[in-house]
Amino acid sequence: MIAARTLGVTGLALCLSTTLGAQGASRRELVWGGDAEGGAPFVEADPANPSRVRGFDVEVAERIARGLGGSRGGPRTARFVQVQWSNLDQSVERGDFTLGLSGVEDTPVRRARHAVTIPYFEFREVLAVRPEDAGRIHGLADLRGRRVATLGATIAYDLLVAARDSTGLIPLSYDDDVHPYADLARGRVDAVLLDHIIAQRALRRGGGSAFVIVAQPVALGHYVGVLARADSALRDSVDAVLREAMRDGSLEQIFRRWDVWDPSQGALFDRVLRTNRAATAAGAARAISAIAYLPSLAGAAGVTALVSLLSMMLAVIVGLGLASSRVYGPVWLRAATTVYIELIRGTPLLLQLFVIYYGLAGVVRLPAFLAAVLALGLNYAAYEAEIYRGALEAVPRPQLEAARTLGLSELQILRLVRGPQALRFALAPMTNDFVALLKDSSLVSVITVVELTKETAIYATNVGSWVVPGALCAAIYLAMSLPLARLARRLEHRWRPAA
Amino acid sequence: MSALLVIDRLSVRYDSRDVLRALSLEVRGGEIVALMGPSGVGKSTALRAVAALQPFDDGRIVVDGFALAPGPVPPESRLVPLRRRVGLVFQAHALFAHLTALDNVTLALRHVLGQSRSDAEAVATKLLASLDVGARAAAWPSQLSGGEAQRVAIARALAPNPPLLLMDEPTAALDPARRGALGTTLRHLSTQGRGLLIATHDTEFARGHADRVVQLTV
Repeated sequence: MIAARTLGVTGLALCLSTTLGAQGASRRELVWGGDAEGGAPFVEADPANPSRVRGFDVEVAERIARGLGGSRGGPRTARFVQVQWSNLDQSVERGDFTLGLSGVEDTPVRRARHAVTIPYFEFREVLAVRPEDAGRIHGLADLRGRRVATLGATIAYDLLVAARDSTGLIPLSYDDDVHPYADLARGRVDAVLLDHIIAQRALRRGGGSAFVIVAQPVALGHYVGVLARADSALRDSVDAVLREAMRDGSLEQIFRRWDVWDPSQGALFDRVLRTNRAATAAGAARAISAIAYLPSLAGAAGVTALVSLLSMMLAVIVGLGLASSRVYGPVWLRAATTVYIELIRGTPLLLQLFVIYYGLAGVVRLPAFLAAVLALGLNYAAYEAEIYRGALEAVPRPQLEAARTLGLSELQILRLVRGPQALRFALAPMTNDFVALLKDSSLVSVITVVELTKETAIYATNVGSWVVPGALCAAIYLAMSLPLARLARRLEHRWRPAA
Repeated sequence: MSALLVIDRLSVRYDSRDVLRALSLEVRGGEIVALMGPSGVGKSTALRAVAALQPFDDGRIVVDGFALAPGPVPPESRLVPLRRRVGLVFQAHALFAHLTALDNVTLALRHVLGQSRSDAEAVATKLLASLDVGARAAAWPSQLSGGEAQRVAIARALAPNPPLLLMDEPTAALDPARRGALGTTLRHLSTQGRGLLIATHDTEFARGHADRVVQLTV
């Protein structure tokens, strides 16, 4: 699984190896894909040599490569390529690598769409709660009306979504598995549901007292390797190597080295070795049609529209203030607004989102939605301010002088003459900005706001393809942005009478 | 009759270059005075100084008892009496592009004089009709011909009923027939007791329609 993007340290060599992919692989190599941002104990960049990776999945990959053997005899060597965790399935079908291993979960959909190995590790989905809640919360049923965080596009997220309907909890999807625990400690969420390995790692990181892991697991799951659908023969060979590694104790040694061995793994090995194939393949994949996803996509599109609309309103109001300060204000105010505008325009929106949501959490704990609107609004205010300033300065001077000779005050001139004319100059660039904001609003998913792009990514991960979800998502964005552009053209036309 | 406008030894310098040097003139009520001279001689500068749109360096301007002194232009809040006394028609008209002809004329009536919309529109409609552009009240500035735009601009400047009207190159965009009509209009305005100061380089127009000509030389 993946840890915080911000914490990921992945060397240049990893990036380079990604671009080479499996196409350039020799027959003596097993090219495998994983996400080094997932961190220990799965896969992490080696602190001693960040161009190398280490972790139990790294050693499992090496064990498989050794067991497979090359086409001309002798063992293969494992070569790692860095792939974002949520894209492993797409990437393996593209041929970027042969085998995906990185806490990949065994799901019916994955089994239906790709060649999946036998399970090699059993994990428990466990709840983490604050110490004071430990006596009250024993399962999902105790979380009615509470906010429960997890990593998006996982079994845990599906469990939470199912529980939303049955028990009325509020699922929150994160892009990484570090911030859910940070937000649990801060009180932004009431529980976190994730794999026990991740929960234990977070507990160690937090000094062991930040939260309590509920003893009774919510569900069991398994980690598997994923190969391209066409590679089922190779998958069978990988399965054979895994069975051998279960029998000869080498897999157990790997797990013990990384301190993730427990009796349930021994029981899993016994079950896998007794059955012939695919011990836990849980039935046929559900038929997932686009229609089933339309309501959630529509809901997410509503979130996108609402975030964009509120952000733009904030941007216009703050932008007007900034622009008037720059045009009419005293020297110190002009300087201050210039600093603000350049600071905001000169730094990434993503960074501003993180700072407002996580960075300020120690001072003010903003709800995610409010933080999203604030970050987007304050960011776009800087761009709006420059548009308005330019528009104000574009109003011809004789018009302003004519207004003065009529006896209008400065404020009246701004309100009755300069403002209305500037608005016409500003309208087209404002519309462009609003369309850009509509698309930039997809960034707010990093602070747990599930909007259109995020919902599409979840949908795409579930169905294992981006074709239909991508087309639907694009259609919805276009349906929102095209009328805007049209409206702006009409307004401009109406307000600018024919010459 | 005492003078509506007294300009006494008015001097304006840009970067130590004299744009206007010691200009003196007077305009009385009911009188049309033409300020003549070639381009660049400072005619527009003199009008702008009278309308307090630009500072002057020396001399004195008195408009119907309100005096302007050399130095920076005072803030608008201190120019309220001047604004009531002087109307200015710009060479390029400078009509407000986002307002119809009628709304250009009613703007000051409503927002400076505080008239109701209906009162202001009644005054403006009458004014536009008297200037022969009543039919164009609903038109946008960009839909007006040069002559029409100029009449609307005159109506806008006259709406607050200032005793002194300044005009900058009013014949620049007019054909001979229109120039004659403009002369008649200006005479009509002056017979109502207004003083008119007209900056122009149109000798024929000045000779035909002004009561007095003040010649500026380089």
